[in-house]
Amino acid sequence: MKANYGYKDGSGDFFITVDTDKCTGCGDCAKTCPAGVLELVDNGYDIDAETPIAAVKKEHSKKIKYSCAPCKPAAGYTTAGLPCVKACTAGVIDHSW
Amino acid sequence: MAEEQKKTEYWRWTESRWTNPDIDWKQGGIVSAGVDVGSVSTQAVIMVDGQLYCSSSMRTGSDSPESANSAMKWALEGTGLTTDKIQATVGTGYGRVNVPFATKAITEIACHARGGNFIYGPQVRTILDMGGQDCKAIRCDEKGKVTAFLMNDKCAAGTGRGMEVFADLLGVHINDVGKMSLQVDTEPPPVSSTCVVFAKSEASGLLRQGWPKEKVLAAYCSAMAHRVVTLLERIGVEKEFAITGGIAKNIGIVNRLSKELNVTPLKSDLDPQIAGAIGGALFAKVLFEKKGK
Repeated sequence: MKANYGYKDGSGDFFITVDTDKCTGCGDCAKTCPAGVLELVDNGYDIDAETPIAAVKKEHSKKIKYSCAPCKPAAGYTTAGLPCVKACTAGVIDHSW
Repeated sequence: MAEEQKKTEYWRWTESRWTNPDIDWKQGGIVSAGVDVGSVSTQAVIMVDGQLYCSSSMRTGSDSPESANSAMKWALEGTGLTTDKIQATVGTGYGRVNVPFATKAITEIACHARGGNFIYGPQVRTILDMGGQDCKAIRCDEKGKVTAFLMNDKCAAGTGRGMEVFADLLGVHINDVGKMSLQVDTEPPPVSSTCVVFAKSEASGLLRQGWPKEKVLAAYCSAMAHRVVTLLERIGVEKEFAITGGIAKNIGIVNRLSKELNVTPLKSDLDPQIAGAIGGALFAKVLFEKKGK
């Protein structure tokens, strides 16, 4: 399941996609994120699931463009080198911008 | 005075309840319930052995637990069924954690996919839930399991609440808004403001310019449809396509959406607004069966 968190507005598309089928619930992304954007939650999309999944915190999902800005290319990172993307060995996290 | 006031409540959509006359709960079977406490409306659905038995749909008040209770009470009215006979209940929607009698709370995304699957059949792949306060695009498989979802976390434009505001501004009853918006010869340019409040000011301006109500409504409906289409582009629209939630009853939006997307939404005799609660009741049944094992 691809869960998209974020929004679209006049300035562009800002979504973090979490592939919940691949997510192991290890929590490495949440520990790595310097802005505390990610957290582990119960898998509400699949009632049979036993492990938690990574998700974007509600308070960040509506201002993600700003929350994630310090890690973005302007600050010297590349998309593949984003701390959350790099921390996830399962390749679960993707950014749309 | 009260009567007079009621006539001016153009935003007040019709509340409803329904019982399936072909089912008798006394025959036994698992009685499960789903309660969808949304930001604007609350629905309760009771199912007997996975078959739809009765439902209710009403406005959510300022008190979510109270709304859940009264929707449930209304659904049960006249059936002889009481809450203690319900074996499992799932709460869903914006106020899901506030359903006092729920066995479990499940996100509305999973419930709408499951409910959409029940209402429109296993062929449905894309479900657009246009609710009171947000709009969600859901992709699902033949079992009604979510494969992708997207919602706009930032903005309530393009939702039922926006429609209520426009019905109120124009003095047109919300049940007639969709039909009226189609009574234009040529489609006017869409309302350009995204924000509901600014869109309302823009519409006031158009009225002052002498635009008829039909034209203003057409401009707002097409703006709303267009906004949803751009949201859908991100996850893609796969046939078959269906719309759930209150806006599914607004023919002005539905027609414009299907024209822009070039797909015809599936139709059903069931109320598209109860999809979330149906999904909840189906999940409640599964939970009850699991517990019994």
